[in-house]
Amino acid sequence: MAEAEIDYRKERIDRGIKARADTIFAISSYRDILYLLLPRALPVVALLVLPLILSQYWVKVLTHTCMIALLALSWDLLASIGLVSFGQALLFGVGAYISGALNHYFNLPYGLAMLIAVFGGGIFCALLLAPVVRLRGVYFAIFSLMLSMLSPRLIDSTDILGGSHGLAPVALFGSDLVATYVAVGAVLVCLFGFRRLINEDYGVVMMAIRDDDRAVMSAGINIYWRKIQALFIASTVGCFAGAFTTHHFGFVGMTAFSMDYSVLPLASAVLGGAGTFAGALTGAMILVPLSESLRAIGGLRIVCYCVILIAAVVFLPEGIFHYIARKYNQFERIVKV
Amino acid sequence: MEGKPLLKVEKLTKHFGGVVAVHDVSFELRAGELLGIIGPNGAGKTTLVNLITGFVKPDSGEVLFGGKEITGKMPYTIAGYGIARTFQMVRLFHALPAFKNVIIPLCSPRVKKLIGGKYGERDDVAIDLLDDMGFERDSFVPYKLAGSLPHGYLKRLDLARAMALRPDLLILDELFSGMAMSEVASTLSIIERFSESGLTVVMIEHRLKELFRVADRVMVLNFGLKIAEGSPKEVMESEAVKNVYLGTEEEG
Repeated sequence: MAEAEIDYRKERIDRGIKARADTIFAISSYRDILYLLLPRALPVVALLVLPLILSQYWVKVLTHTCMIALLALSWDLLASIGLVSFGQALLFGVGAYISGALNHYFNLPYGLAMLIAVFGGGIFCALLLAPVVRLRGVYFAIFSLMLSMLSPRLIDSTDILGGSHGLAPVALFGSDLVATYVAVGAVLVCLFGFRRLINEDYGVVMMAIRDDDRAVMSAGINIYWRKIQALFIASTVGCFAGAFTTHHFGFVGMTAFSMDYSVLPLASAVLGGAGTFAGALTGAMILVPLSESLRAIGGLRIVCYCVILIAAVVFLPEGIFHYIARKYNQFERIVKV
Repeated sequence: MEGKPLLKVEKLTKHFGGVVAVHDVSFELRAGELLGIIGPNGAGKTTLVNLITGFVKPDSGEVLFGGKEITGKMPYTIAGYGIARTFQMVRLFHALPAFKNVIIPLCSPRVKKLIGGKYGERDDVAIDLLDDMGFERDSFVPYKLAGSLPHGYLKRLDLARAMALRPDLLILDELFSGMAMSEVASTLSIIERFSESGLTVVMIEHRLKELFRVADRVMVLNFGLKIAEGSPKEVMESEAVKNVYLGTEEEG
């Protein structure tokens, strides 16, 4: 047995296009084009077709999945610059409350309310988190977690913005299908936008700040300003998810700050594979429907959910997307030594 | 440029707890000069560099660069004025390809103002710089992840990154430590070339033979104090330096 292991080994060969120099692809045949296009077209086609074929209940789940995916994408963007967030619920809640309050108190149409929520909320969250951009790793994580836990308590105890009852009624979207496609569209724009961003020099600087911020400072780049920019971009996405959900449910309450909105995006990004954005989406597309389908088994739901998560982290620590990408880009075969 | 120093360090002092890392150090640097800084381990050489480049805030004293006060400013502000540095312990972006490491300074406001550059053009500028540092343009080396390169390459990559900032003053913190002899020779000739083209250089070095060959002036630090300064020849013959390097009481 031992000898057989020595005699054979697994060989990995890069598949497909050989002349690859980062930004230039040499495309020589339809096979190559398909090879490149397929993995990019798959999420687009899947997300566009799914709302048409799913039942009404599952379309609602898909919409919710898209919101978690948006939060996971914005988590991944922050992680790319070295800011690990435990408080995505803060972004979600701020967006939800701004849009809800503008509509409820000032009767702004929901489109305008959402627009203000996205950009105003983005600036608000960036300013809120800006004082701690000098802190890294666990300190930023704790700060963001604390802010997201503090906010609902503040609303509850001071009775502002409807207090524990929340704000209702809030304007609703016209139809479920329209809402679903708005959600799907936002996810796709965000996914491809972020992937583009990270491959530009702007994203290269972000990743360099994550790797070694002092070296980036010595290269003459204001890392704190870059981090605040990243916070703003991530916050606009998180606030959009919040504002959208407000008008999807026609209600905004303290649940907008619930831990689910912090934990699920983080779990999605980790399960799917951080740093790729596609991984964050993959993770959300698996985790959220999974948690819904486990509802049938009642109390054991959380247990099952946790076991699956633990198994994934133990057996696929790199994340599902990294694993799939490797299998897709490389042949594996057993060769005789 | 006579009388108008490019860099003027005045009575710089820094304590770390009870330890005096740099004590009352003053020196001047004229444009185009190559200054060597030597001293035993723990003499305060790296702290001095950190004080000049803003990574450590001084307790007292001041630093003037081109007549402008830069004491205690943020590292990126000081880098923006044109002071580039390398790190004793290489600080690179291991997850990025080698040439992307050089892209970072090219994205800084300073370089954007000096040469402009768009996405794509920066790649070419970076590859040119690396080629200059001995990363063969046509090989795979510039495209490899920085984390997978051997140590000597990392040191030169750090140098390329510092040069990408188009600095007026280049500070090299023990660039040659851990380099092979052949690499030292080739890198030294690169630095000589920069120096001859008018760049002002500060070199902290333990390889005295190489340093004394290229330096215009040498400064000696010991326990945070400047104990000698002068031409390489003067410094080599000075009593204080002999004491530091060979010990006060000669045995045998």
